[in-house]
Amino acid sequence: MLNRERRRVVGSEQVGPYTLLRVDQGGLEPGIPGQFFMLEPPGRLLPRPMSLCIAPRRELGFLFEPIGPGTRALASLGRGDELGVFGPLGNGFRLDVRRPLLVGGGIGVAPFPYLSDRLGRPPSLLGFRSGFHAEAAELVPNAEVVVEPMLVTEALPGGYDVLACGPEPMLEALRVLAPHAQLAWEAPMACGYGACYGCVVELGGRYKRLCVEGPVLAA
Amino acid sequence: MLLNASGCLDALTAPDVARSFDAFVTKTVTPEPREGNEPVRIAETDHGMLNSIGLQNPGVDTFCSEVLPQLQALGLPIWVSIGGFSAAEYAVCAASLNGHDEVVAVEINLSCPNVDEAPESAAEIVAACRAATGLPLYAKLSPHLPDIAEAGRAVETAGADGLSLVNTLRGLVFDERTLEPRLARRIGGYSGPALKPVALAAVYACRRATSLPIVGMGGVWSGRDAAELIAAGASAVALGTVLFTDPDAPARIRQELQAFAPVQSVPIPATRKNAAYQRN
Repeated sequence: MLNRERRRVVGSEQVGPYTLLRVDQGGLEPGIPGQFFMLEPPGRLLPRPMSLCIAPRRELGFLFEPIGPGTRALASLGRGDELGVFGPLGNGFRLDVRRPLLVGGGIGVAPFPYLSDRLGRPPSLLGFRSGFHAEAAELVPNAEVVVEPMLVTEALPGGYDVLACGPEPMLEALRVLAPHAQLAWEAPMACGYGACYGCVVELGGRYKRLCVEGPVLAA
Repeated sequence: MLLNASGCLDALTAPDVARSFDAFVTKTVTPEPREGNEPVRIAETDHGMLNSIGLQNPGVDTFCSEVLPQLQALGLPIWVSIGGFSAAEYAVCAASLNGHDEVVAVEINLSCPNVDEAPESAAEIVAACRAATGLPLYAKLSPHLPDIAEAGRAVETAGADGLSLVNTLRGLVFDERTLEPRLARRIGGYSGPALKPVALAAVYACRRATSLPIVGMGGVWSGRDAAELIAAGASAVALGTVLFTDPDAPARIRQELQAFAPVQSVPIPATRKNAAYQRN
């Protein structure tokens, strides 16, 4: 069944350049870390896919960067405002890993606070383009932070089960460096439930729908 | 009767949504498998959205052997949308559907804005399909046609049993920061609320030009929108882009449409030609 509800905003905070939007959970399940929800920005046609960032009691929290009309509209929401929330959707991270290492780039940090909580606060390696952006690392326990021009791929230790989320070049590099990694991808998405075929990524010469087969895929 | 617009719903990933329609219309199938267009494939605009999927599908053979049996298990009447790059290719797809009892109609996609068009006219393609199958044929026409009423008459003469009006309009969206086209293929199909007046005009023109039943679609967001299409002459209504934002839209729109009951009494010609409509 598809779970879509009108939810009320509980709070909205700035974390560096990012916005952490918290809504009351209602009847929605938090799902598996790496799964996503479609959030409906007021005044826009299409919902926006967001992975769950935090799941405190009776809340769902989403971290995003307000860079376009949809994310700006979401960032404009304040306590008490309502929005449509639809999810959880897609396939999250496998949690049956022995030595997890969370590797993130930029807003790819979004699913890690919830993931870290579920995995027992494993080490993480997070890369950001500036110290301002790196303020988001405060949401993730046991985080080592690198700031550009240093890249996470230059600081990657061996011997870990990598769970990663970040920009496409980072994920492509990790496919080579950590061939058993679990990678969370991102793509523009219209529906979130397999209807539109908009969110494909090329894997093994085939276009896969991220919302149905991902967003977490084996490297 | 409420349908989904082709390419706007996957009944296998969202069977509950599919069951909220009176019949399920498949994504367009072509003779050969197609991976579709390079991403980025979708972009929102202020009043709608663009898509550039490019008819991604497994090819008609795999569709018939693997996908159709799964769709049949849903217990819904199935309309299969077919495409091709020549009249002969369309006819191959149409012929492949013969003998599949769960298929109650064939929609001939004559208007995808995201792939190269077949060289033949819409009427020639419909005639080729007519020769290939006895299934009811619905011709899906483009709102870009300079005289859609004339095109409707031409496909009726060629053997179409109905019209699907309309497909998307070609559109272009630029990224607000880079001023580069958002879609990898640059031009995409424009859909959403802005398309409704275009669809209404097409349905209205074809209602007066032909006796064919019409499936009206384009920007339907509410029962009011559906009622307007019916008032313009549609016998059935299909939902497209609204499904991306609201999977509960079929039940909601059906409910809202009840407030417009007198509009629904528009008489539908009861002829062999609207067999697909009558069966559902």
